[in-house]
Amino acid sequence: MKVTGRVWKYGDDINTDYIIPGRYLELVDPREMAEHAMEGIDPGFSEKVREGDVIVGGANFGCGSSREHAPLALKYAGVRAVVAESFARIFYRNAINIGLLALECPGVSQAVDEGDVVEVDVDVGKIRVPAKGSDLDFRPLPGFMVEVLNEGGLVNYIRNHMEEW
Amino acid sequence: MGKTVSEKILARASGLDEADAGEIVKASVDVAMMPDLTTILSVNAMREMGRERVWDREKVVILNDHVAPASTPLAAAIHRDIRKLALEQGLKHFYDVEQGVCHQVLPEKGHVKPGTLVIGADSHTCTHGALGAFATGVGSTDMGAVLATGKIWLRVPETIRVEVDGHLPDLVLPKDVILRIIGEIGADGATYNAVEFAGGTVSDMGVAGRMTLCNMAIEMGGKTGIVEPDERTFEFLRSRTDGVFDPLHADDGAKYRRRLEIDVSDLEPQVACPHKVDNVRPVTSVLGTKVDQVFIGSCTNGRFEDLEIAARILEGRQVHRGVRLLVVPASKGVYREALEAGIVGAFVEAGAMFGSPSCGACFGGHIGLLAGGEVGLTTSNRNFRGRQGSPEAEVYLCSPAVAAASAITGVITDPREVA
Repeated sequence: MKVTGRVWKYGDDINTDYIIPGRYLELVDPREMAEHAMEGIDPGFSEKVREGDVIVGGANFGCGSSREHAPLALKYAGVRAVVAESFARIFYRNAINIGLLALECPGVSQAVDEGDVVEVDVDVGKIRVPAKGSDLDFRPLPGFMVEVLNEGGLVNYIRNHMEEW
Repeated sequence: MGKTVSEKILARASGLDEADAGEIVKASVDVAMMPDLTTILSVNAMREMGRERVWDREKVVILNDHVAPASTPLAAAIHRDIRKLALEQGLKHFYDVEQGVCHQVLPEKGHVKPGTLVIGADSHTCTHGALGAFATGVGSTDMGAVLATGKIWLRVPETIRVEVDGHLPDLVLPKDVILRIIGEIGADGATYNAVEFAGGTVSDMGVAGRMTLCNMAIEMGGKTGIVEPDERTFEFLRSRTDGVFDPLHADDGAKYRRRLEIDVSDLEPQVACPHKVDNVRPVTSVLGTKVDQVFIGSCTNGRFEDLEIAARILEGRQVHRGVRLLVVPASKGVYREALEAGIVGAFVEAGAMFGSPSCGACFGGHIGLLAGGEVGLTTSNRNFRGRQGSPEAEVYLCSPAVAAASAITGVITDPREVA
Protein backbone atom coordinates (compact mmCIF):
# COMPACT_ATOMS: atom_id res chain seq x y z
CA MET A 1 0.00 0.00 0.00
CA LYS A 2 1.35 3.43 -1.00
CA VAL A 3 0.09 6.87 -0.06
CA THR A 4 1.08 10.24 -1.49
CA GLY A 5 -0.15 13.39 0.20
CA ARG A 6 0.42 16.92 1.32
CA VAL A 7 1.52 17.41 4.93
CA TRP A 8 -0.14 19.25 7.81
CA LYS A 9 2.21 19.34 10.76
CA TYR A 10 1.51 19.45 14.50
CA GLY A 11 3.58 19.10 17.68
CA ASP A 12 3.68 16.72 20.65
CA ASP A 13 0.71 15.57 22.77
CA ILE A 14 -2.01 16.35 20.22
CA ASN A 15 -4.91 15.15 22.37
CA THR A 16 -8.36 14.01 21.28
CA ASP A 17 -9.94 17.22 22.62
CA TYR A 18 -7.79 19.10 20.08
CA ILE A 19 -8.77 16.68 17.33
CA ILE A 20 -12.48 17.04 18.15
CA PRO A 21 -13.64 18.98 21.22
CA GLY A 22 -16.01 17.36 23.74
CA ARG A 23 -18.97 19.48 22.72
CA TYR A 24 -19.18 17.55 19.43
CA LEU A 25 -19.36 14.09 20.98
CA GLU A 26 -23.11 14.08 20.52
CA LEU A 27 -22.59 13.74 16.77
CA VAL A 28 -23.06 10.26 15.32
CA ASP A 29 -22.54 11.05 11.62
CA PRO A 30 -18.81 11.02 10.76
CA ARG A 31 -19.34 13.60 7.99
CA GLU A 32 -20.56 16.06 10.60
CA MET A 33 -17.63 15.19 12.87
CA ALA A 34 -15.31 15.97 9.95
CA GLU A 35 -16.50 19.58 9.91
CA HIS A 36 -14.84 19.97 13.33
CA ALA A 37 -11.62 18.06 12.70
CA MET A 38 -8.65 19.61 14.55
CA GLU A 39 -10.91 22.44 15.68
CA GLY A 40 -9.43 22.44 19.18
CA ILE A 41 -5.99 23.45 17.92
CA ASP A 42 -6.42 24.54 14.29
CA PRO A 43 -9.88 25.99 13.63
CA GLY A 44 -10.42 26.09 9.88
CA PHE A 45 -8.57 22.81 9.27
CA SER A 46 -11.67 21.22 7.78
CA GLU A 47 -11.80 24.02 5.20
CA LYS A 48 -8.21 23.73 4.07
CA VAL A 49 -7.62 19.97 4.23
CA ARG A 50 -7.88 18.05 0.94
CA GLU A 51 -8.64 14.43 0.20
CA GLY A 52 -5.49 12.36 0.60
CA ASP A 53 -3.58 14.75 2.89
CA VAL A 54 -1.24 13.45 5.57
CA ILE A 55 -0.93 14.65 9.18
CA VAL A 56 2.54 14.57 10.71
CA GLY A 57 2.56 14.66 14.49
CA GLY A 58 5.05 14.58 17.35
CA ALA A 59 5.11 12.26 20.35
CA ASN A 60 1.96 10.85 22.00
CA PHE A 61 -0.40 11.73 19.15
CA GLY A 62 -4.05 11.14 20.07
CA CYS A 63 -3.63 11.09 23.84
CA GLY A 64 -6.69 11.55 26.03
CA SER A 65 -10.13 10.12 25.58
CA SER A 66 -11.26 6.96 23.79
CA ARG A 67 -13.55 8.90 21.45
CA GLU A 68 -13.51 7.25 18.04
CA HIS A 69 -14.89 10.57 16.85
CA ALA A 70 -11.24 11.69 16.67
CA PRO A 71 -9.92 9.34 13.95
CA LEU A 72 -13.35 9.38 12.27
CA ALA A 73 -13.27 13.19 12.01
CA LEU A 74 -9.81 13.05 10.44
CA LYS A 75 -10.70 10.25 8.04
CA TYR A 76 -13.90 11.85 6.81
CA ALA A 77 -12.17 15.23 6.51
CA GLY A 78 -9.97 13.54 3.92
CA VAL A 79 -6.86 12.67 5.92
CA ARG A 80 -5.36 9.46 4.54
CA ALA A 81 -2.65 8.85 7.10
CA VAL A 82 -1.28 10.12 10.39
CA VAL A 83 2.47 9.70 10.74
CA ALA A 84 3.79 10.51 14.21
CA GLU A 85 6.82 10.07 16.45
CA SER A 86 4.56 7.95 18.69
CA PHE A 87 0.87 7.37 19.40
CA ALA A 88 -1.34 7.04 22.44
CA ARG A 89 -2.69 3.51 22.39
CA ILE A 90 -6.46 3.98 22.18
CA PHE A 91 -6.23 6.44 19.27
CA TYR A 92 -3.84 4.05 17.51
CA ARG A 93 -6.22 1.10 17.80
CA ASN A 94 -9.19 3.22 16.81
CA ALA A 95 -7.44 4.55 13.72
CA ILE A 96 -6.44 1.11 12.45
CA ASN A 97 -9.91 -0.25 13.28
CA ILE A 98 -11.62 2.32 11.06
CA GLY A 99 -9.03 2.08 8.29
CA LEU A 100 -7.11 5.31 8.95
CA LEU A 101 -3.38 4.69 8.57
CA ALA A 102 -1.49 5.37 11.81
CA LEU A 103 2.24 4.99 11.30
CA GLU A 104 4.84 5.33 14.00
CA CYS A 105 7.94 6.93 12.55
CA PRO A 106 10.59 8.30 14.93
CA GLY A 107 12.32 11.30 13.41
CA VAL A 108 9.44 12.29 11.14
CA SER A 109 8.83 15.67 12.74
CA GLN A 110 12.43 16.67 11.98
CA ALA A 111 12.47 15.26 8.46
CA VAL A 112 9.20 16.70 7.16
CA ASP A 113 7.86 20.25 6.96
CA GLU A 114 4.32 21.53 6.59
CA GLY A 115 3.30 21.65 2.95
CA ASP A 116 5.79 18.96 1.86
CA VAL A 117 4.40 16.25 -0.36
CA VAL A 118 5.35 12.85 1.05
CA GLU A 119 5.22 9.39 -0.43
CA VAL A 120 4.59 6.70 2.16
CA ASP A 121 5.29 3.06 1.40
CA VAL A 122 3.31 1.36 4.13
CA ASP A 123 4.42 -2.22 3.45
CA VAL A 124 8.15 -1.49 3.33
CA GLY A 125 8.12 1.24 5.97
CA LYS A 126 9.56 4.20 4.11
CA ILE A 127 8.63 7.86 3.80
CA ARG A 128 10.07 9.88 0.91
CA VAL A 129 10.07 13.62 0.48
CA PRO A 130 10.78 13.87 -3.27
CA ALA A 131 11.27 17.67 -3.27
CA LYS A 132 14.02 17.30 -0.67
CA GLY A 133 15.40 14.08 -2.04
CA SER A 134 15.26 12.66 1.47
CA ASP A 135 13.75 9.55 2.95
CA LEU A 136 13.16 7.96 6.33
CA ASP A 137 12.58 4.35 7.37
CA PHE A 138 10.08 3.16 9.94
CA ARG A 139 9.04 -0.21 11.27
CA PRO A 140 6.14 -1.53 9.19
CA LEU A 141 2.84 -2.29 10.92
CA PRO A 142 2.48 -5.64 12.73
CA GLY A 143 0.94 -8.41 10.63
CA PHE A 144 -2.41 -8.48 12.38
CA MET A 145 -2.96 -4.78 11.80
CA VAL A 146 -2.02 -5.05 8.13
CA GLU A 147 -4.66 -7.78 7.80
CA VAL A 148 -7.26 -5.54 9.45
CA LEU A 149 -6.34 -2.61 7.18
CA ASN A 150 -6.28 -4.75 4.06
CA GLU A 151 -9.78 -5.96 4.80
CA GLY A 152 -10.96 -2.36 5.21
CA GLY A 153 -11.01 -2.13 9.01
CA LEU A 154 -12.19 -4.16 11.99
CA VAL A 155 -15.86 -4.21 10.99
CA ASN A 156 -15.07 -6.09 7.79
CA TYR A 157 -12.42 -8.16 9.50
CA ILE A 158 -14.81 -9.44 12.17
CA ARG A 159 -17.54 -10.00 9.58
CA ASN A 160 -15.13 -12.07 7.47
CA HIS A 161 -13.71 -14.01 10.41
CA MET A 162 -16.73 -14.33 12.72
CA GLU A 163 -16.53 -18.13 12.87
CA GLU A 164 -12.89 -18.33 13.94
CA TRP A 165 -13.24 -15.33 16.26
CA MET B 1 9.44 -16.98 35.53
CA GLY B 2 7.04 -15.04 37.72
CA LYS B 3 4.07 -13.25 36.18
CA THR B 4 2.48 -9.89 36.86
CA VAL B 5 -1.15 -9.72 37.91
CA SER B 6 -2.06 -8.28 34.47
CA GLU B 7 -0.32 -11.15 32.64
CA LYS B 8 -2.20 -13.63 34.80
CA ILE B 9 -5.62 -12.03 34.32
CA LEU B 10 -5.20 -11.81 30.55
CA ALA B 11 -3.93 -15.41 30.36
CA ARG B 12 -6.96 -16.67 32.24
CA ALA B 13 -9.36 -14.55 30.16
CA SER B 14 -7.79 -16.06 27.02
CA GLY B 15 -7.93 -19.66 28.21
CA LEU B 16 -4.13 -19.90 28.31
CA ASP B 17 -1.90 -21.35 31.01
CA GLU B 18 0.26 -18.29 30.80
CA ALA B 19 0.80 -15.16 28.75
CA ASP B 20 3.84 -12.93 28.46
CA ALA B 21 4.06 -9.20 27.93
CA GLY B 22 4.18 -8.46 24.22
CA GLU B 23 1.99 -11.40 23.23
CA ILE B 24 -1.30 -10.70 21.45
CA VAL B 25 -4.20 -12.63 23.01
CA LYS B 26 -7.86 -13.03 22.22
CA ALA B 27 -9.57 -12.56 25.56
CA SER B 28 -13.13 -13.16 26.76
CA VAL B 29 -14.71 -10.09 28.30
CA ASP B 30 -16.47 -10.24 31.70
CA VAL B 31 -18.00 -6.76 31.61
CA ALA B 32 -18.56 -4.52 28.58
CA MET B 33 -19.41 -0.98 29.63
CA MET B 34 -20.64 1.88 27.45
CA PRO B 35 -21.46 5.46 28.40
CA ASP B 36 -23.99 7.54 26.46
CA LEU B 37 -21.67 9.33 24.05
CA THR B 38 -20.05 6.20 22.63
CA THR B 39 -22.91 3.66 22.81
CA ILE B 40 -24.60 4.44 19.51
CA LEU B 41 -21.36 4.25 17.52
CA SER B 42 -20.50 0.95 19.24
CA VAL B 43 -23.87 -0.63 18.54
CA ASN B 44 -23.74 0.60 14.93
CA ALA B 45 -20.37 -1.14 14.60
CA MET B 46 -21.82 -4.37 16.04
CA ARG B 47 -24.64 -4.27 13.50
CA GLU B 48 -22.25 -3.60 10.62
CA MET B 49 -20.37 -6.69 11.75
CA GLY B 50 -23.53 -8.67 11.08
CA ARG B 51 -24.90 -9.17 14.58
CA GLU B 52 -28.22 -7.76 15.74
CA ARG B 53 -27.99 -8.75 19.40
CA VAL B 54 -25.26 -8.36 21.99
CA TRP B 55 -23.44 -11.58 22.85
CA ASP B 56 -24.56 -11.64 26.48
CA ARG B 57 -27.28 -9.35 27.79
CA GLU B 58 -26.09 -9.82 31.39
CA LYS B 59 -22.51 -8.72 30.73
CA VAL B 60 -23.27 -5.44 28.98
CA VAL B 61 -23.72 -2.31 31.08
CA ILE B 62 -24.93 0.93 29.51
CA LEU B 63 -25.19 4.30 31.22
CA ASN B 64 -26.61 7.69 30.27
CA ASP B 65 -24.01 9.57 32.28
CA HIS B 66 -21.84 12.09 30.44
CA VAL B 67 -24.52 14.55 29.40
CA ALA B 68 -26.96 13.81 32.19
CA PRO B 69 -29.61 15.09 32.06
CA ALA B 70 -29.45 16.08 28.39
CA SER B 71 -28.32 19.64 27.69
CA THR B 72 -29.06 19.64 23.95
CA PRO B 73 -31.66 18.03 21.65
CA LEU B 74 -28.87 15.87 20.18
CA ALA B 75 -27.96 14.50 23.60
CA ALA B 76 -31.64 13.94 24.37
CA ALA B 77 -31.95 11.92 21.17
CA ILE B 78 -28.95 9.77 22.14
CA HIS B 79 -30.48 9.10 25.57
CA ARG B 80 -33.84 8.28 23.98
CA ASP B 81 -32.22 5.84 21.55
CA ILE B 82 -30.21 4.22 24.32
CA ARG B 83 -33.33 3.67 26.47
CA LYS B 84 -34.98 2.01 23.51
CA LEU B 85 -31.90 -0.06 22.80
CA ALA B 86 -31.65 -1.29 26.40
CA LEU B 87 -35.26 -2.43 26.21
CA GLU B 88 -34.98 -4.06 22.77
CA GLN B 89 -31.80 -5.90 23.66
CA GLY B 90 -33.24 -6.96 27.01
CA LEU B 91 -30.16 -5.64 28.79
CA LYS B 92 -30.08 -6.51 32.43
CA HIS B 93 -28.02 -3.48 33.41
CA PHE B 94 -29.00 -0.05 32.18
CA TYR B 95 -28.45 3.05 34.30
CA ASP B 96 -30.30 6.18 33.28
CA VAL B 97 -29.46 9.87 33.77
CA GLU B 98 -30.09 10.01 37.52
CA GLN B 99 -27.56 7.29 38.41
CA GLY B 100 -24.17 8.86 37.83
CA VAL B 101 -20.79 8.36 36.18
CA CYS B 102 -19.96 4.94 34.74
CA HIS B 103 -16.67 4.59 36.63
CA GLN B 104 -18.41 5.15 39.95
CA VAL B 105 -21.62 3.26 39.27
CA LEU B 106 -20.01 0.01 38.10
CA PRO B 107 -17.87 -0.57 41.21
CA GLU B 108 -20.67 0.65 43.47
CA LYS B 109 -23.24 -1.71 41.97
CA GLY B 110 -20.92 -4.69 42.13
CA HIS B 111 -20.18 -5.15 38.42
CA VAL B 112 -16.42 -5.27 38.90
CA LYS B 113 -14.67 -8.20 40.54
CA PRO B 114 -10.98 -8.93 41.10
CA GLY B 115 -9.31 -11.01 38.42
CA THR B 116 -11.88 -10.18 35.73
CA LEU B 117 -11.55 -8.38 32.39
CA VAL B 118 -13.50 -5.12 32.11
CA ILE B 119 -13.66 -3.36 28.73
CA GLY B 120 -15.20 0.10 28.54
CA ALA B 121 -15.88 2.51 25.71
CA ASP B 122 -14.34 5.30 27.77
CA SER B 123 -10.69 6.03 28.42
CA HIS B 124 -11.03 6.20 32.20
CA THR B 125 -12.13 2.57 32.39
CA CYS B 126 -8.69 2.00 33.95
CA THR B 127 -10.35 3.22 37.19
CA HIS B 128 -11.83 -0.24 37.76
CA GLY B 129 -8.36 -1.71 38.21
CA ALA B 130 -8.63 -0.37 41.76
CA LEU B 131 -10.59 -3.55 42.53
CA GLY B 132 -7.95 -5.86 41.07
CA ALA B 133 -9.56 -6.23 37.64
CA PHE B 134 -7.80 -5.68 34.32
CA ALA B 135 -9.79 -2.77 32.98
CA THR B 136 -9.12 -0.78 29.87
CA GLY B 137 -10.77 1.74 27.57
CA VAL B 138 -11.37 1.21 23.87
CA GLY B 139 -13.08 2.98 20.98
CA SER B 140 -16.44 2.20 19.46
CA THR B 141 -15.38 -0.27 16.78
CA ASP B 142 -13.44 -2.35 19.30
CA MET B 143 -16.51 -2.23 21.53
CA GLY B 144 -18.68 -3.22 18.57
CA ALA B 145 -16.52 -6.32 18.18
CA VAL B 146 -16.90 -7.09 21.89
CA LEU B 147 -20.68 -6.72 21.66
CA ALA B 148 -20.76 -8.99 18.61
CA THR B 149 -18.40 -11.69 19.87
CA GLY B 150 -17.69 -11.26 23.59
CA LYS B 151 -14.00 -11.17 22.77
CA ILE B 152 -11.26 -8.64 22.21
CA TRP B 153 -7.69 -8.80 20.98
CA LEU B 154 -5.20 -7.29 23.39
CA ARG B 155 -1.48 -6.97 23.53
CA VAL B 156 -0.40 -8.18 26.96
CA PRO B 157 1.25 -5.11 28.50
CA GLU B 158 4.52 -4.70 30.29
CA THR B 159 4.02 -3.36 33.82
CA ILE B 160 5.38 -0.34 35.63
CA ARG B 161 5.24 -0.98 39.37
CA VAL B 162 4.87 2.10 41.52
CA GLU B 163 5.60 1.50 45.20
CA VAL B 164 4.19 4.24 47.39
CA ASP B 165 5.28 4.30 51.00
CA GLY B 166 4.96 6.63 53.96
CA HIS B 167 2.07 8.11 55.89
CA LEU B 168 0.25 10.82 53.92
CA PRO B 169 0.34 14.16 55.79
CA ASP B 170 -2.98 15.73 56.78
CA LEU B 171 -4.82 17.25 53.78
CA VAL B 172 -2.48 15.56 51.32
CA LEU B 173 -4.66 13.14 49.38
CA PRO B 174 -4.50 10.27 46.86
CA LYS B 175 -4.93 12.89 44.09
CA ASP B 176 -1.70 14.52 45.17
CA VAL B 177 0.00 11.12 45.03
CA ILE B 178 -1.12 10.39 41.48
CA LEU B 179 -0.28 13.91 40.25
CA ARG B 180 3.17 13.50 41.75
CA ILE B 181 3.56 10.13 39.95
CA ILE B 182 2.38 11.58 36.62
CA GLY B 183 4.84 14.44 37.00
CA GLU B 184 7.58 11.84 37.35
CA ILE B 185 6.50 9.37 34.64
CA GLY B 186 5.20 11.95 32.12
CA ALA B 187 2.14 12.09 29.87
CA ASP B 188 3.39 9.26 27.66
CA GLY B 189 5.80 7.49 30.03
CA ALA B 190 3.45 4.54 30.57
CA THR B 191 2.14 4.17 27.00
CA TYR B 192 0.97 0.59 26.35
CA ASN B 193 1.88 -0.36 29.95
CA ALA B 194 -0.11 -1.48 32.96
CA VAL B 195 0.62 0.67 35.99
CA GLU B 196 0.52 -1.34 39.20
CA PHE B 197 0.20 0.64 42.43
CA ALA B 198 1.57 -1.00 45.56
CA GLY B 199 3.30 -0.23 48.85
CA GLY B 200 2.18 0.65 52.35
CA THR B 201 0.40 3.88 51.45
CA VAL B 202 -1.76 2.07 48.89
CA SER B 203 -2.50 -0.77 51.34
CA ASP B 204 -3.69 1.80 53.87
CA MET B 205 -5.79 3.60 51.27
CA GLY B 206 -9.51 2.89 50.92
CA VAL B 207 -11.03 1.80 47.62
CA ALA B 208 -12.00 5.43 46.84
CA GLY B 209 -8.37 6.58 46.96
CA ARG B 210 -7.21 3.60 44.93
CA MET B 211 -9.79 4.51 42.29
CA THR B 212 -8.32 8.02 42.11
CA LEU B 213 -4.87 6.51 41.48
CA CYS B 214 -5.99 4.02 38.83
CA ASN B 215 -8.27 6.58 37.17
CA MET B 216 -5.33 8.66 36.01
CA ALA B 217 -3.18 5.81 34.64
CA ILE B 218 -4.46 6.81 31.19
CA GLU B 219 -2.99 10.29 31.69
CA MET B 220 0.45 8.62 31.52
CA GLY B 221 -0.62 6.63 28.45
CA GLY B 222 -1.30 3.52 30.57
CA LYS B 223 -3.49 0.67 29.41
CA THR B 224 -4.76 0.05 32.91
CA GLY B 225 -4.05 1.02 36.48
CA ILE B 226 -4.25 -1.86 38.91
CA VAL B 227 -4.06 -2.52 42.64
CA GLU B 228 -3.83 -6.10 43.82
CA PRO B 229 -6.96 -7.06 45.74
CA ASP B 230 -6.73 -7.32 49.52
CA GLU B 231 -9.06 -7.38 52.52
CA ARG B 232 -10.15 -3.76 51.88
CA THR B 233 -11.15 -4.75 48.34
CA PHE B 234 -13.17 -7.73 49.52
CA GLU B 235 -14.80 -5.73 52.29
CA PHE B 236 -15.92 -3.13 49.72
CA LEU B 237 -17.29 -5.85 47.44
CA ARG B 238 -18.97 -8.23 49.88
CA SER B 239 -22.17 -6.25 50.28
CA ARG B 240 -22.28 -5.33 46.60
CA THR B 241 -21.75 -8.72 44.95
CA ASP B 242 -22.51 -12.41 45.51
CA GLY B 243 -19.28 -12.53 47.50
CA VAL B 244 -17.71 -15.21 45.32
CA PHE B 245 -14.26 -14.09 44.17
CA ASP B 246 -11.50 -15.62 42.13
CA PRO B 247 -8.73 -13.05 42.54
CA LEU B 248 -5.26 -13.21 41.00
CA HIS B 249 -2.02 -11.87 42.42
CA ALA B 250 1.43 -11.16 41.02
CA ASP B 251 4.06 -13.85 41.51
CA ASP B 252 7.22 -13.19 43.43
CA GLY B 253 9.82 -12.48 40.80
CA ALA B 254 7.34 -11.04 38.31
CA LYS B 255 9.11 -9.02 35.64
CA TYR B 256 8.51 -5.27 35.62
CA ARG B 257 9.51 -2.83 32.91
CA ARG B 258 10.24 -0.22 35.52
CA ARG B 259 9.96 0.16 39.27
CA LEU B 260 9.33 3.52 40.83
CA GLU B 261 9.53 4.14 44.56
CA ILE B 262 7.90 7.17 46.09
CA ASP B 263 7.93 8.25 49.72
CA VAL B 264 4.96 10.48 50.46
CA SER B 265 5.73 11.29 54.11
CA ASP B 266 6.68 14.86 53.16
CA LEU B 267 4.52 15.23 50.06
CA GLU B 268 2.94 18.64 49.54
CA PRO B 269 -0.40 19.15 47.78
CA GLN B 270 0.24 19.03 44.02
CA VAL B 271 -1.23 20.92 41.06
CA ALA B 272 -1.09 20.12 37.33
CA CYS B 273 -0.69 23.45 35.55
CA PRO B 274 -1.97 24.45 32.11
CA HIS B 275 -2.08 22.88 29.58
CA LYS B 276 -0.54 19.48 30.30
CA VAL B 277 -1.39 16.85 32.86
CA ASP B 278 2.29 16.20 33.53
CA ASN B 279 3.05 19.87 34.17
CA VAL B 280 2.92 19.10 37.90
CA ARG B 281 4.19 21.39 40.63
CA PRO B 282 3.73 21.70 44.37
CA VAL B 283 0.78 23.97 45.17
CA THR B 284 3.17 26.32 46.96
CA SER B 285 4.68 27.31 43.61
CA VAL B 286 1.38 28.67 42.21
CA LEU B 287 -0.17 30.18 45.33
CA GLY B 288 -2.18 33.32 44.67
CA THR B 289 -3.24 32.47 41.11
CA LYS B 290 -6.73 33.93 40.73
CA VAL B 291 -9.51 31.42 39.94
CA ASP B 292 -12.95 32.00 38.40
CA GLN B 293 -14.47 28.55 38.73
CA VAL B 294 -13.81 25.56 40.98
CA PHE B 295 -15.20 22.14 40.11
CA ILE B 296 -15.32 19.29 42.64
CA GLY B 297 -16.48 16.05 41.06
CA SER B 298 -15.80 13.57 38.20
CA CYS B 299 -14.69 9.94 38.11
CA THR B 300 -11.38 11.09 39.60
CA ASN B 301 -12.67 12.88 42.70
CA GLY B 302 -16.46 12.84 42.92
CA ARG B 303 -16.69 10.20 45.64
CA PHE B 304 -18.01 10.61 49.19
CA GLU B 305 -14.50 10.79 50.66
CA ASP B 306 -13.69 13.68 48.30
CA LEU B 307 -16.87 15.59 49.08
CA GLU B 308 -16.42 15.00 52.78
CA ILE B 309 -12.98 16.54 52.99
CA ALA B 310 -14.03 19.51 50.82
CA ALA B 311 -17.09 20.10 53.01
CA ARG B 312 -14.96 19.92 56.14
CA ILE B 313 -12.82 22.76 54.79
CA LEU B 314 -15.81 24.80 53.58
CA GLU B 315 -17.98 24.37 56.64
CA GLY B 316 -18.82 27.70 58.27
CA ARG B 317 -17.04 29.63 55.51
CA GLN B 318 -18.11 31.33 52.30
CA VAL B 319 -17.09 30.83 48.71
CA HIS B 320 -15.14 33.91 47.60
CA ARG B 321 -17.20 36.58 45.89
CA GLY B 322 -17.08 36.16 42.12
CA VAL B 323 -15.95 32.52 42.28
CA ARG B 324 -18.29 29.79 41.07
CA LEU B 325 -18.03 26.53 43.01
CA LEU B 326 -19.65 23.52 41.33
CA VAL B 327 -19.97 20.31 43.31
CA VAL B 328 -21.19 17.25 41.45
CA PRO B 329 -21.33 13.84 43.15
CA ALA B 330 -20.14 10.98 40.96
CA SER B 331 -23.24 8.88 41.60
CA LYS B 332 -26.66 8.76 43.18
CA GLY B 333 -25.09 6.58 45.86
CA VAL B 334 -22.54 9.28 46.65
CA TYR B 335 -25.31 11.90 46.64
CA ARG B 336 -27.35 9.87 49.13
CA GLU B 337 -24.36 9.31 51.37
CA ALA B 338 -23.57 13.04 51.29
CA LEU B 339 -27.18 13.86 52.17
CA GLU B 340 -27.18 11.45 55.08
CA ALA B 341 -23.89 12.85 56.37
CA GLY B 342 -25.32 16.38 56.20
CA ILE B 343 -22.57 17.72 53.96
CA VAL B 344 -24.80 18.82 51.07
CA GLY B 345 -26.05 21.58 53.35
CA ALA B 346 -22.50 22.64 54.14
CA PHE B 347 -21.80 23.16 50.43
CA VAL B 348 -25.03 25.01 49.78
CA GLU B 349 -24.61 27.25 52.83
CA ALA B 350 -21.08 28.08 51.71
CA GLY B 351 -22.44 29.30 48.38
CA ALA B 352 -21.71 26.28 46.16
CA MET B 353 -23.94 24.92 43.41
CA PHE B 354 -24.68 21.26 44.11
CA GLY B 355 -25.56 19.26 40.99
CA SER B 356 -27.16 15.94 40.22
CA PRO B 357 -24.68 13.13 39.48
CA SER B 358 -22.92 13.29 36.10
CA CYS B 359 -19.54 13.94 34.54
CA GLY B 360 -20.28 17.59 35.28
CA ALA B 361 -17.77 20.17 34.12
CA CYS B 362 -14.99 17.63 33.44
CA PHE B 363 -15.17 17.34 29.67
CA GLY B 364 -16.52 20.70 28.61
CA GLY B 365 -19.57 19.35 26.89
CA HIS B 366 -22.32 19.72 29.42
CA ILE B 367 -22.25 22.18 32.32
CA GLY B 368 -19.83 24.65 33.84
CA LEU B 369 -17.88 25.71 30.76
CA LEU B 370 -15.16 28.33 31.01
CA ALA B 371 -14.98 31.59 29.06
CA GLY B 372 -11.87 32.96 27.39
CA GLY B 373 -9.43 34.44 29.89
CA GLU B 374 -10.92 32.52 32.83
CA VAL B 375 -9.08 30.19 35.15
CA GLY B 376 -10.67 26.93 36.24
CA LEU B 377 -9.50 24.78 39.11
CA THR B 378 -10.80 21.24 38.92
CA THR B 379 -10.54 17.90 40.69
CA SER B 380 -11.02 16.07 37.37
CA ASN B 381 -8.32 14.52 35.23
CA ARG B 382 -7.48 16.60 32.13
CA ASN B 383 -6.33 20.18 31.71
CA PHE B 384 -5.84 20.14 27.95
CA ARG B 385 -6.31 23.53 26.31
CA GLY B 386 -10.03 23.92 25.59
CA ARG B 387 -11.01 20.85 27.62
CA GLN B 388 -13.48 22.78 29.77
CA GLY B 389 -14.71 25.33 27.25
CA SER B 390 -12.80 28.17 25.63
CA PRO B 391 -9.28 27.40 24.35
CA GLU B 392 -8.36 30.75 25.92
CA ALA B 393 -9.21 29.46 29.41
CA GLU B 394 -6.61 27.92 31.73
CA VAL B 395 -7.28 24.77 33.74
CA TYR B 396 -5.41 23.53 36.82
CA LEU B 397 -5.93 20.04 38.27
CA CYS B 398 -5.87 19.52 42.02
CA SER B 399 -7.25 17.58 44.99
CA PRO B 400 -10.64 18.28 46.59
CA ALA B 401 -8.82 19.91 49.53
CA VAL B 402 -6.94 22.39 47.32
CA ALA B 403 -10.19 23.02 45.40
CA ALA B 404 -12.20 23.79 48.54
CA ALA B 405 -9.52 25.99 50.10
CA SER B 406 -9.11 27.95 46.85
CA ALA B 407 -12.87 28.43 46.48
CA ILE B 408 -12.83 30.22 49.83
CA THR B 409 -9.93 32.54 49.04
CA GLY B 410 -10.51 33.02 45.30
CA VAL B 411 -6.88 32.18 44.55
CA ILE B 412 -4.97 28.90 44.45
CA THR B 413 -4.39 28.08 48.08
CA ASP B 414 -2.60 25.50 50.18
CA PRO B 415 -5.40 23.81 52.16
CA ARG B 416 -3.11 23.52 55.17
CA GLU B 417 -3.25 27.31 55.42
CA VAL B 418 -7.04 27.54 55.73
CA ALA B 419 -8.08 24.32 57.47
